[in-house]
Amino acid sequence: MSASNNSYDPVEVTSLHPDEVARMRDEALAAIAGAASLADLKEVRLAHAGDRSPLALANREIGALQPTARADAGKRVGGARREVSEALKARQAVLEEERDSRVLVEEAVDVTLPWDRAPRGARHPLTTVAERMADIFVGMGFEVAEGPEVEAEWFNFDALNFLPDHPARTMQDTFFVESRTGGESGLVLRTHTSPVQIRALLGRELPVYVVAPGKTFRTDELDATHSPVFHQLEGLVVDEGITLAHLRGAIDAFVEGMFGSGLRTRFRPSYFPFTEPSAEVDMECFVCRGASVGDPDRPCRTCSSEGWIELGGCGVVNPRVLTAAGVDTGRYSGWAFGLGVERTLMFAHGVQDMHDMVEGDVRFTSAFGMEI
Amino acid sequence: MRVPVSWLREYVDLPADVTARDLAAKLIAAGLEVETVDEVGADITGPIVIGRVTAIEELTGFKKPIRYCRVDVGAANDSGDPQYIVCGARNFTEGDLVVTALPGAQLPGGFAISARTTYGKVSEGMICSAAELNLWDDHTGIIVLPEGFAEPGADAYGLLGLREDVLDIAVTPDRGYALSMRGVAREAAAVYGAAFRDPADVPTASQASGGGYPASVADPAICSRYVLRTVTGFDPEAATPLWMKRRLALTGVRSISLAVDVTNYVMMELGQPLHAWDRARLRGPIEVRLARKDEQLETLDHVKRTLNPDDILITDESGPINIAGVMGGLATEISATSTDVVIEAAHFTDTHIARASRRHQLSSESSRRFERGVDSALQLAAATRAVRLLAELGGAEVDPGYTDIGHGVAREPIPMAADHPGRVAGVDYPRDRVVARLREVGCTVVDDEAADSLLVTPPSWRPDLTDRNDLAEEVIRYEGYENIPAIAPRAPAGRGLTDGQRLRRTVGRSLAGAGFVEVLSYPFLGRRDFDKLQLAADDGRRSALKLVNPLNDDEPLLRTTLLPGLLKTLVRNVGRGFGDVALFEMGLVYLPGADAPEKAPILRVDRGPAPEELASVEAAIPHQPRRVGAVLAGDREPAGWWGPGRAAVWADAIEAAREVGRAAGVEMTVKADQRAPWHPGRCAALYVSVGGVTRLVGHAGELHPRVVQEYGLPARTVAMEVELDAIEAARTTARAPEISAYPVATQDVALVIDASIPVSEVEEALRAGAGPLLESVRLFDVYTGEQVGEGRRSLAYSLRFRAPDRTLKAEEIATARDAAVAAAGERTGAVLRG
Repeated sequence: MSASNNSYDPVEVTSLHPDEVARMRDEALAAIAGAASLADLKEVRLAHAGDRSPLALANREIGALQPTARADAGKRVGGARREVSEALKARQAVLEEERDSRVLVEEAVDVTLPWDRAPRGARHPLTTVAERMADIFVGMGFEVAEGPEVEAEWFNFDALNFLPDHPARTMQDTFFVESRTGGESGLVLRTHTSPVQIRALLGRELPVYVVAPGKTFRTDELDATHSPVFHQLEGLVVDEGITLAHLRGAIDAFVEGMFGSGLRTRFRPSYFPFTEPSAEVDMECFVCRGASVGDPDRPCRTCSSEGWIELGGCGVVNPRVLTAAGVDTGRYSGWAFGLGVERTLMFAHGVQDMHDMVEGDVRFTSAFGMEI
Repeated sequence: MRVPVSWLREYVDLPADVTARDLAAKLIAAGLEVETVDEVGADITGPIVIGRVTAIEELTGFKKPIRYCRVDVGAANDSGDPQYIVCGARNFTEGDLVVTALPGAQLPGGFAISARTTYGKVSEGMICSAAELNLWDDHTGIIVLPEGFAEPGADAYGLLGLREDVLDIAVTPDRGYALSMRGVAREAAAVYGAAFRDPADVPTASQASGGGYPASVADPAICSRYVLRTVTGFDPEAATPLWMKRRLALTGVRSISLAVDVTNYVMMELGQPLHAWDRARLRGPIEVRLARKDEQLETLDHVKRTLNPDDILITDESGPINIAGVMGGLATEISATSTDVVIEAAHFTDTHIARASRRHQLSSESSRRFERGVDSALQLAAATRAVRLLAELGGAEVDPGYTDIGHGVAREPIPMAADHPGRVAGVDYPRDRVVARLREVGCTVVDDEAADSLLVTPPSWRPDLTDRNDLAEEVIRYEGYENIPAIAPRAPAGRGLTDGQRLRRTVGRSLAGAGFVEVLSYPFLGRRDFDKLQLAADDGRRSALKLVNPLNDDEPLLRTTLLPGLLKTLVRNVGRGFGDVALFEMGLVYLPGADAPEKAPILRVDRGPAPEELASVEAAIPHQPRRVGAVLAGDREPAGWWGPGRAAVWADAIEAAREVGRAAGVEMTVKADQRAPWHPGRCAALYVSVGGVTRLVGHAGELHPRVVQEYGLPARTVAMEVELDAIEAARTTARAPEISAYPVATQDVALVIDASIPVSEVEEALRAGAGPLLESVRLFDVYTGEQVGEGRRSLAYSLRFRAPDRTLKAEEIATARDAAVAAAGERTGAVLRG
């Protein structure tokens, strides 16, 4: 458009005649009204409102008119195109409405059809419950310590103040490993997670705040409540000014985290070579909260109507243990506990029989999913 | 230890309203593990009275002789008339006092007594035996009471102690003193603040030792005190009184004869094991010494035992007569004719007794007490108590002379800061409370106000009290564990889980998310497992640690591979009707070190180990890497209304391994390999790169058909096992990629290639040739058939190109593609399919 176009066509453009414009418009409106589906309407839109539609072509001719006639023709064609566009919009709305009410209904499927194409897996509940137990303490700032399952007797017994003649050190209780030549190897399958106490004290800077979940072994035949392979969560704190009160606090925090708030705990004096004083720790039954005690009409399966559930053993770390691990007992003291992972799972989730936890039946494990 | 409450009350003034359950709760809180409160006789109800047999009519014509008795039960039957009772026992005569259950009574086992017709007579009740009343174990006949025991008609409940509450206490190894009425009574007195009367507080002897049965102790280290007392003129026919029989029965001891019963009774009362010999059977002086090599003794249980040089023996001129503290010899046993009895009360060294008991697999009431520690000052009192009872009940004469060797175990005072128990508990205990509690325990406490520390000498019956923390425990438990407050620990800021610990969780979740179910199988294997896995004779996995004492003799080895456990679990699930199974396990394997020392040393414990000492222990501990294994059988994806299922194949096993790699963010490369237990043509070796060095981390693929057969697995079971520790070592820090927003250009190429060339090599060549513009390569089709020729296949790849800074021109794309194809041709002989 470098210069104005003065050489217009003097011939009248028929397509811009009012009758012709009206005809094109009417044709378009009729086609729109006749479109039965959104797909039809899409074709109609192309034919009557697209770039090559009669009205669009007519619109291009306006420039060929005498300047005086242009405004008039422009108004005429523009009005017709607007009408067509509005009719399209209206018809589009009508057809969409129709589709929504009819076609989508026709396309309905039975959403209750099963779609179990992807196999479902699960983690073992002993794994996930041990993680959960440990995480309660990790949340308090503890770290997770580890040790080997085939362990030196010194770590498993001697350093923990088990004297050479302690009954636990017999083949009645402990799996012993043969040396290469069939003699004594000084190695056992660890009977508890407590050797990790010694490893933590030898391998870490003081103060030490750790838990150690893991596999443990004793020569018990598998039955409803025993397994030769089982799991414990060890806890160990060695710091300055540590007392039994801190141990109670930690146990209470564990019970709250694992079983819910408002449950009482109790310590009963007991004996372990590696703690002194020692205690067995019980928690109030989280199912009956003691209501089943002495009430034969309301027996409690979880606590056998005793009102209390035994969680494990604990106590103040025997200073002899600290000495064996090279800790200055004049300055440091500590506490330790050992909680049964199987027991925790049995109580928290109603597992009745140890066999279920060791057999690997997919029905059992799948019931617990990915987390517990 | 079974503790009848009425017996306990003899030594401690418990409030009258204290029930057995109250007492149990208090004792539990103080540290005695009362397991049950046994309400003995609670199932006996109704009229049970003393009767006198006034006439006996012998009934004949029955299979056994039967008596029809007239029994005077006083006014107990309301009428005052005699009761007529049929009785099958014969150990009584007219005039005897007996125990009579009248109609309306109920005996143990729900046995209701009523008047009924039997042997042609109406029997109005029952004359009872001890067993029928659960009094003690005696089936020889009815109870005949001594004359003067009670009047006919008297209520039998109180007289015989038909009902009794018995506490059953599991005594922990540190509390030997609680294996006696004396010890439990002392605890009860302390927890109730009640007066305690020590049953060991008996006048012992009016004269100094001497003139007793001759004896010597070879070494005070094996026996710190040795006392012998003798009675003469003992009546071997004398019966054990009913009260003693009853108490012994309640504590779980069978009545044998008066002489033996007295030794057991005093043991239960005081906690001192005693032994009784027939003096006539002893040969010369007694010597207490260690056994000599190959000495033998036939013990009371009729077993001939070869003695160990660590056994403490009691010997006379004939040789060994007792394994000290464990069991007596048969030859010197007290008998039905013994009239002169020697009573031994000794203090043997606990560790010797514990070892002897274990060696000979003989756990006796005596050894249980010696192992846990017996009061080292009790011997003379206990022996004296026993001989007095023999005199009183068996008509014997106590020999005034006696033997008393040694002084027991001297106790050194333990210095303890008065506030130490408080600092252990986290409670402020006043100094005078601490002192008072220690004295209740029986300690001698020197409390010098000027000194910081108390000087505490534990009593002779508490050998377990050796350290200040032991003393602290005594104070704390008497003050009440329940009174210790709970204070949340304040740990310093922790670092959370380690990378390795988090990785394990991620791997577990990834595999579970991929449809695998976790199992935790036992790590025990047998040689047979290695055979079943088709491992060659020299396969390193056969070198496994062996247990000395396996639970199952067929499985004495510790696993060197996770697969057997997984396969057995898979078989179990298939057997239970789950044919489509995908399982995984994460756990340690135990690999003996070839150059590990023979034995892990036992280090000293009186100080921390030196670095080289610790290293010597660690060197003996086998390598225990963590592995992940997985097995699959049946359909990986089930059939359904959508169409057919998809069977698990070798590739699913490799994919499971890759899943582990992905969880760690580690790329795994795959090469064909041949390794048991896998199918030789369907086994992949898996590699990672650790710091630029390629490292084998495991294998995956289809199992060998022989393995499938040996384990009874579903056909074409597939498996993988990788070493998680090695994968963890290959982890690198992920770097953010540059994301280009310019358009992608996709080029598909089909390459024809010798079918023996692994596709991984082709892909590697394409990548190398295509250069930096290549964004990704994906194999989308593999074709074999006539069109490509025998032994060849066509691989269809989709190559995606993109530049970081511009839209690629058609020529650039074609050049990169051609370079990729050229590289593939050069390295693998691939040609572009025409």
